[in-house]
Amino acid sequence: MAQTQIRIGGFGGQGVILSGIIIGRGAAIHGGLHATLIQSFGPEARGSSSSAELIVADEPILYPYVKDVDMLVVLSQDAYARFTPALKKGGLLVTEADLVSLTPPVPEARHFVVPATRLAEEIGRKIVLNIITVGFFGAVSQLIPREALEKAVKESVPPGTLDLNLKAFRKGYEVGLEQLAKVQAPA
Amino acid sequence: MHADPAGVLTGAHFIDGDHACCEGALAGGCRFVAGYPITPSTEVVERIALRFPEVGGVFIQMEDELASSIAIAGAVWGGKRAMTVTSGPGFSLMMEHIGFAIMTETPCVFVNVQRGGPSTGLPTLPAQADMMQARWGSHGDYELIAVCPNSPQECFDLTIKAFNLAEQYRVPVLVMMDECVGHMMERVVIPKPEEIEIFPRRWTKAPLDEYLPFAPGEDLVPDMARAGQGYRFHMTGLTHNEKGYPDMTVSGQARLLGRLIDKIKKNAAALTDVVEDQVDGAEAVVVSYGITSRVAQKAVQAVRAKGLRVGSLRLRTVWPFPEHLIRDLATKVKAFIVPELNLGQMVREVERCAQGARVVSVPHAGGTVHDPAIIVQAITEALR
Repeated sequence: MAQTQIRIGGFGGQGVILSGIIIGRGAAIHGGLHATLIQSFGPEARGSSSSAELIVADEPILYPYVKDVDMLVVLSQDAYARFTPALKKGGLLVTEADLVSLTPPVPEARHFVVPATRLAEEIGRKIVLNIITVGFFGAVSQLIPREALEKAVKESVPPGTLDLNLKAFRKGYEVGLEQLAKVQAPA
Repeated sequence: MHADPAGVLTGAHFIDGDHACCEGALAGGCRFVAGYPITPSTEVVERIALRFPEVGGVFIQMEDELASSIAIAGAVWGGKRAMTVTSGPGFSLMMEHIGFAIMTETPCVFVNVQRGGPSTGLPTLPAQADMMQARWGSHGDYELIAVCPNSPQECFDLTIKAFNLAEQYRVPVLVMMDECVGHMMERVVIPKPEEIEIFPRRWTKAPLDEYLPFAPGEDLVPDMARAGQGYRFHMTGLTHNEKGYPDMTVSGQARLLGRLIDKIKKNAAALTDVVEDQVDGAEAVVVSYGITSRVAQKAVQAVRAKGLRVGSLRLRTVWPFPEHLIRDLATKVKAFIVPELNLGQMVREVERCAQGARVVSVPHAGGTVHDPAIIVQAITEALR
């Protein structure tokens, strides 16, 4: 594996940073990997741009920032426009179905669409959109063991919301696996 | 002595350098923090404010940095281990009380999560441009200790170390972080309390009527008196004698300053804390500290892959500067390369000690870290 550079982008209030923390925690605490997370956000608490830069590696990470993105997850149109140019050719791209319209067209990438908003509404709380996305990303990236991510979800969500969040994580993971199977199925 | 289990969050955590610094302070026995929160150090005191009620600590959000930096001196003389936390603009305001802590031999910790400056500068972006201010920012002649972590794990480890050195040498110790390590999240392993060594306060055993607050022991460091046990003594920022009373004479000044400086200088070898990598037989050595040391290591790996014999010397303790190491290396290597997130500060120290060897500065105005390719280029050119 060496090193995988991941960026998760969206707007403040969506839980973008928490998604990055969960994936990082899953990798570094439960997945036997190294992880370095850098967060950036605008001065406003909500509505401004927000992004997490995460490096996951099987060796110590020296340079801390993400430059050439191997895996990109975008939950807003602004993030799609800003971050896709840095996505490596053939990299993994996850876009949110209702929040990102694919203009300009998707670059050369392994592209998956996560219906996180709709799934979150089905579960009953729109706020779990980010946890669904973490599950979905876990399934389509196959970067970190599922159990490691699930443990990280358990440790990262507020008490009293555990069942809701685990449900969201598992739903996202299942939908991700289904999409992955479709792509991997022989034509 | 080992850490008080109440303050130690044993286990593996995924936290940022600011939070790790907070946990290091707790594990290191800190039970008083005064601060005026400022980006990018705010998360340190945010977590302190949450964690201190669990361990009986006191956190005060003060009216400004002057008040914060003198409140910790009061807390220390009241018996606590104490620190304050800030960034550039606040650090500037604290200079007077760093000097006061040096003069009164008050063991305390100042954390500076460095951001771009001067003035308000770049509040949310990294720099390492307060390194000379750390050494010389307060007026008068003095020595102090400064450490420089390059990861959240080291923010934890070196904050504990800072508290221990402060107590051992009775001097303010500066933890010189930067925005990048402060806001970077990584795995941080907090050991069991019995695995964390604590240097206890040097309490005097002298009878009440024989205690001299500034009479040094063999290591040039005096013992402190517990408040409330009947010891009566005077303390002042004026030049003072062993009783603590003003002694504003030529000989009094020479005696006191000589000791304050010697207690650090004579222990420079013991205070040296560096990480050497393939320094033996190297043609050039990259000298770095803090976040820049990680980027520098990437460059060092790249030039080694091209067959160059390049070593790396990483300073975990930056002040006192390990000049004996540089002087020794200078007789063996062709060049020193010094990348840092400022326009040339610690490189002056390397130049001072490098004798004939070439010294190449790799400056950066801050706001991000170096592109490793720039450091690769500097190493390659230095050896051409």
